[in-house]
Amino acid sequence: MSEVKFSKEHEWIKLEGDIATIGITKHATEMLGDIVFTELPEKGSKVEKDGTAGVVESTKAASDVYTPVSGEVVDLNQSIVDDPSKINQDPENSAWFFKLKIKDKSEMDTLMNKDEYDKFAKESSA
Amino acid sequence: MDTKKTSLYQLHQDSKAKFVEFAGYQMPIQYSEGIVEEHRFTRNHSGIFDVSHMGQLFIYGQEDLVDDLEKVFPLDLKNLKLNHSKYSFLMSDNAGIYDDLIITKIKDGFLIILNAACKENDFKILKALLNDKYKMILDEERSLIAIQGPKSVQILKSVIQGVENLNFMSGNWFTLDDHNIYVTRSGYTGEDGFEVSLTNEFADGFTRRLIDKGAKLIGLGARDTLRLEAGLCLYGHELSKDKTPVEANLKWAISKERILKGNFIGSDIIAKQLTNGVSKIRVGIKPEGRIIAREKTKIYNVSDLEIGEITSGTFGPSVNGPVAMGYVENEFSKKNTKIFLEVRGKKHPATICSLPFYKKNYVKGVN
Repeated sequence: MSEVKFSKEHEWIKLEGDIATIGITKHATEMLGDIVFTELPEKGSKVEKDGTAGVVESTKAASDVYTPVSGEVVDLNQSIVDDPSKINQDPENSAWFFKLKIKDKSEMDTLMNKDEYDKFAKESSA
Repeated sequence: MDTKKTSLYQLHQDSKAKFVEFAGYQMPIQYSEGIVEEHRFTRNHSGIFDVSHMGQLFIYGQEDLVDDLEKVFPLDLKNLKLNHSKYSFLMSDNAGIYDDLIITKIKDGFLIILNAACKENDFKILKALLNDKYKMILDEERSLIAIQGPKSVQILKSVIQGVENLNFMSGNWFTLDDHNIYVTRSGYTGEDGFEVSLTNEFADGFTRRLIDKGAKLIGLGARDTLRLEAGLCLYGHELSKDKTPVEANLKWAISKERILKGNFIGSDIIAKQLTNGVSKIRVGIKPEGRIIAREKTKIYNVSDLEIGEITSGTFGPSVNGPVAMGYVENEFSKKNTKIFLEVRGKKHPATICSLPFYKKNYVKGVN
């Protein structure tokens, strides 16, 4: 059974066993506009909760991508580097960013569930 | 100070624009389809741009005015034909650029299109330079609408007959529903297109007619990616008071005749730079891969010495890759020179390239 949670930096995280898949939310892509460049963390690197773990750029500006939990990067989605427009098309599914072997499952508890995030996104864009 | 709104504000809202403040105006940065789609639509079809924030300065006078303006602009205005336009600059004594502009000879004087952020200052400078001798109107009663892209001529002529006979960088008065409209064949996208000056109360209805004919509103975001692909300068980025037209690689816009004779503001410096060369010059820059080098990105040579700075950089949707312009030391300005761009602490390879990134499609030989 997998669990999907959301961060205040507009990332989503899906946990299956001790492997977390992380991407940015649809709401984030709507705020960014057309994404034209993606940079991902290095495979094998260790990332810390709320630390930067990549970059997305729209035609307008660059934005950091943060990791909502700590862990080791075990997989990258090269297809969004080759064609960043995929992130706008399917942000919360096929356009995931990276997978982490997570360090501490309890970090998931600090994140929002879908309803909480939807409310947060609505308020933060108002 | 309250931000100003153009006459198309309601239309922008109806079209779900995202707004930004630009030069004191609420302007649309993009609409619902987004910058990349708006950019492509302009290149393939026809985009409408609200550029009413730009200054429309009318100066009235006869031969005296031509003489006096030749002391200001590096142009052969005596031989500028009625309804023909030239790109030029308002400069300081040091040939620093206060603004870049388009000047058109109209009956009884000139029409000068100025950048929004510069127009008030330009007006003051010009008024002083001309000793208050001529009637000058920075017209806030008129809007300016650009229509750009390959289908624009068909669309605009179905609303205003005769515009199809205009050549690039020329214009004329037209009448539509008793409104006087001044149309020039010009623009800022590298595409064939027109700029239409008309009264504020007519702007909304007129623009809705263009939309009914198949053109779409395009925001400032795509305007920037389009002009950058076309290698065109943006004031405040490529151009400023610290840059001369020679440094900006725009010497083509300076009349050769006028350089020989001099006697315009900044002419000494311009002549000197044309003879001796400049230390830094504007170039096109093509980053390798997909990395985007934005304004203020530092430029290095292959020996890791800093040689310049990016002034504009983005992703070019029609080029399908990153594009940039910047200033580099003259010795590194040659086409195909390898350089490095420092983005987020890492140096990325790039190449000096010729401009534009995207071939211009101006219409020059209609009549």
